Amino acid sequence: MWQKLKSRMTGMTIVMWTIGIVTVGLIIYGSAVTLISGKYTLKQWVDFLIFGLAQGGIYALIALGYTQVYGVLKMINFAHSEVFMSGPMIGYFVATDLYRFNFIDTHPYLSILIVLIVAMFISMSVAVILERIAYRPLRNAPRLVPLITAIGASFFLQYFFKGLFGSNIKVYPDWKIFLGKWVIFGQPILKIQIIVFIAAMLLMAGLFSFMQRTKTGKAIRAVSEDKDAAALMGIDVDHTISFSFALGGIMAGAGGVFYALLYKQVFFLMGFVPGIKAFTAAVLGGIGNVPGAMLGGMFLGLFEALGPNLFLDGLGIPSPYQLKDVIAFSVLVLVLIFRPTGILGERLAKRA
Amino acid sequence: MENRHFWQLEVVNLGWLAGILVVLLSLVGMVASFSKRGFISGVMSEGQLLIFLTVALIGFVAAKKMERQSVLKVVLWGGIIGFMAGLSLIVLVLLTGFKPLGLRSMFLNASPRLVKVLTFGKGQGAGFLYLLLLNVLSGIFGGLVAVIPGIWGSALANSSLLTVLIGLLTDIWKTFLPRGIAKFFFANRGFNVTGFLIIFFFILAFLIFWSLYGENVKTGYGRVASRQPKEVKITWWVISLVILLLLPRLVGSYLSEVLDLVGIYIIMGLGLNIVVGFAGLLDLGYVAFFAIGAYTMGVFTSPELGLFHLTFWETLPLSILFAVLAGVLLGIPVLGMRGDYLAIVTMGFGEIIRLLVLSDALKSLLGGAQGLVGIARPVVGHIVVKDPPQFYYLILAGIFIAWYVASALKDSKLGRAWMALREDEDVAQAMGINLVSIKLLAFATGAALSGLSGAIFAAKLNSMVPHSFTILISIYVLSLIIVGGVGSLPGVVVGALALIGTPELLREFAEYRMMIYGAVLVGMMLYKPEGLWPEPARRRELRREEEDESAITIPAQVSMGDEA
Repeated sequence: MWQKLKSRMTGMTIVMWTIGIVTVGLIIYGSAVTLISGKYTLKQWVDFLIFGLAQGGIYALIALGYTQVYGVLKMINFAHSEVFMSGPMIGYFVATDLYRFNFIDTHPYLSILIVLIVAMFISMSVAVILERIAYRPLRNAPRLVPLITAIGASFFLQYFFKGLFGSNIKVYPDWKIFLGKWVIFGQPILKIQIIVFIAAMLLMAGLFSFMQRTKTGKAIRAVSEDKDAAALMGIDVDHTISFSFALGGIMAGAGGVFYALLYKQVFFLMGFVPGIKAFTAAVLGGIGNVPGAMLGGMFLGLFEALGPNLFLDGLGIPSPYQLKDVIAFSVLVLVLIFRPTGILGERLAKRA
Repeated sequence: MENRHFWQLEVVNLGWLAGILVVLLSLVGMVASFSKRGFISGVMSEGQLLIFLTVALIGFVAAKKMERQSVLKVVLWGGIIGFMAGLSLIVLVLLTGFKPLGLRSMFLNASPRLVKVLTFGKGQGAGFLYLLLLNVLSGIFGGLVAVIPGIWGSALANSSLLTVLIGLLTDIWKTFLPRGIAKFFFANRGFNVTGFLIIFFFILAFLIFWSLYGENVKTGYGRVASRQPKEVKITWWVISLVILLLLPRLVGSYLSEVLDLVGIYIIMGLGLNIVVGFAGLLDLGYVAFFAIGAYTMGVFTSPELGLFHLTFWETLPLSILFAVLAGVLLGIPVLGMRGDYLAIVTMGFGEIIRLLVLSDALKSLLGGAQGLVGIARPVVGHIVVKDPPQFYYLILAGIFIAWYVASALKDSKLGRAWMALREDEDVAQAMGINLVSIKLLAFATGAALSGLSGAIFAAKLNSMVPHSFTILISIYVLSLIIVGGVGSLPGVVVGALALIGTPELLREFAEYRMMIYGAVLVGMMLYKPEGLWPEPARRRELRREEEDESAITIPAQVSMGDEA
């Protein structure tokens, strides 16, 4: 590999490393300037940090879907961002109905559970139907074909939901129990952020043990390892692939409800940016790798929450928060250049 | 399971499918929104036509699926499918009217308007009967078209589709035709009954005549063409050139505007066709180069910023240059990436460019969210190019250049290298192709054409805002080259006319544009991956790959192992 790289692009490597070193230098310089200037208090930093963790938990949940599908099909499910969007979108209507009948105030835990289950079910169904209609018939087609299908499916779903439910931004009702703050170690912290973080962690732990302990989990891992050998061992490959789409959909649906609770709003384009970011998280952690997706999500969430204030501000860039998404996309590009296998990567991001 | 039961089950499934489809078309709003225009004035609106065409299509599919077709069975199946579709719509109407359910609060389009369209404004009793009857008839019609033997069936299908097309484009014909003739065929919105019947039967008769006697004409032409190939070819060239040059005079200002837009997309499409079609690199950040070309034009000529005061012609090479530089810069980090990674990273790149332009950080240089105004108009001789018909010629010149570049590259050594890259990167490298340089060249050439297109776009609009440069532009361009046929130059023109021209002419479509594009992308990939006007070689490759794929999975995996 190194030989090939060396012979292929020595000039390019130098250019790329220069870009990398300059970037790291700028980040360190910017952070140092901000920290020395003392512009933000400790309380603000803690706020950023917790927000980053909650956001990272959501990214991780979506990233799991990319990773699951990549594992079994070696393909990026481009439409996963719409799988993520569809759950909370339908969940919104359930939530408003529950709110209308005052159910949310009387039975807050039961009602959030209902919304979660509905959203998870819808996202799961969208993922499974998508696989059945758009991906399965093309499993042996040339590489670009399923990818273009996925792009088409992604935009179709976005605008299909727009047509069905309108393009307005829908505001989720409030759960009174999630409002307000908890004081932890003398720092007041928004309840919802902690809850989202913990719930995301629990779900991921659940998925991880499912993958390790159950027969279906084992089958999914076997199919990711080698489809033909798995089929010879009596594993129903089609079924297993459907199942991993379903698992990814469930995680995305839950992530979508958490997203709606955190940001209070859903609309038909909500999947696009979190989708790319979750993909970044999956690549960052090493795509095809479940713990990697969790780690990558957390890392990206933190980086994005702290980044604008930490180093962009220090570099004297006005209104750095506007460039939050630029940071995430740059992370993606930089990771793919310098460590395409990701933090815990086991597979190559380059041509397989 | 007994064969008979299986059939029964299948027709019920297709019936459900038809039902779900028409209900979704209604709920998504297409039916009600298309019904703003009539198809046959007073008889049927475009929204209703949409439902009946869907049902007819399912009936057609059902008839094609039968093992042993008989007219009776086809009629029965079509009837069942139409009946189930009609029944689903009736249920939808009833549910919409049932207030406690509150369907309207969830589905935006479950509106009284939709109910009115679905019941033909005749209320529930007679309306339901109408709906059911027409659905059943459409199902049967679709089935019959599939089984009528020989030329009659295909003539019937084609003449129905052509008549629908003519009916949809009513407004265009009205601008062309003399008032009297237009009045005879068309009502205020859509056909009138006589016009519909005359046109439908005229096309039907012509198609039948053509399939009976068309061979003679064709062989006659073939004889002339083979005797004097050069003269015939030149005649065609001259005729098309004259038409192209006269087009804006013929069609008027509004249609020229549409043609301009189509032309801008053709230039972009020719560029992306080099990247995706020739080299097989799926670039979703293509809009970034368009934006860079446009912004270069804006920044260097707009008096608002006051940074530079160049003219259009001085800035044009700069636009292309900057786009090329950006293309190379994007190309370097993604050199080693495979298809799907490349797609997402380039998409991210496109977003970065848009966000940077929008940000306050670069406001003084790029104008921020408000955009730029007062971009220079091109001056040719003493004429300031500013009307759509004038811009048409500038854009046409751009298309000729882009076409020349693309077609020259296609058969060059570089073009062959790109195609080798598209087919198999490892083999291409083994053949001694320098992957780094040809990939960068693909990105650079594609970017150059996109930059050219962006520069003309900026000059044409005279002002611009960052919101003109969203990811959707990339998807439009990608869709149009896929629809036309990946790698095919005439395909780009066909795709642009179909996907960019149609929504401009049919404003109702424009609302559902992205949804239709998405469905079209999926549908094309599933059923016609080579596109509408494919490259002959490409079609063979795609078909062959499909056939061979199952046989060569094992060697493919061996090569995977070597890589790791």
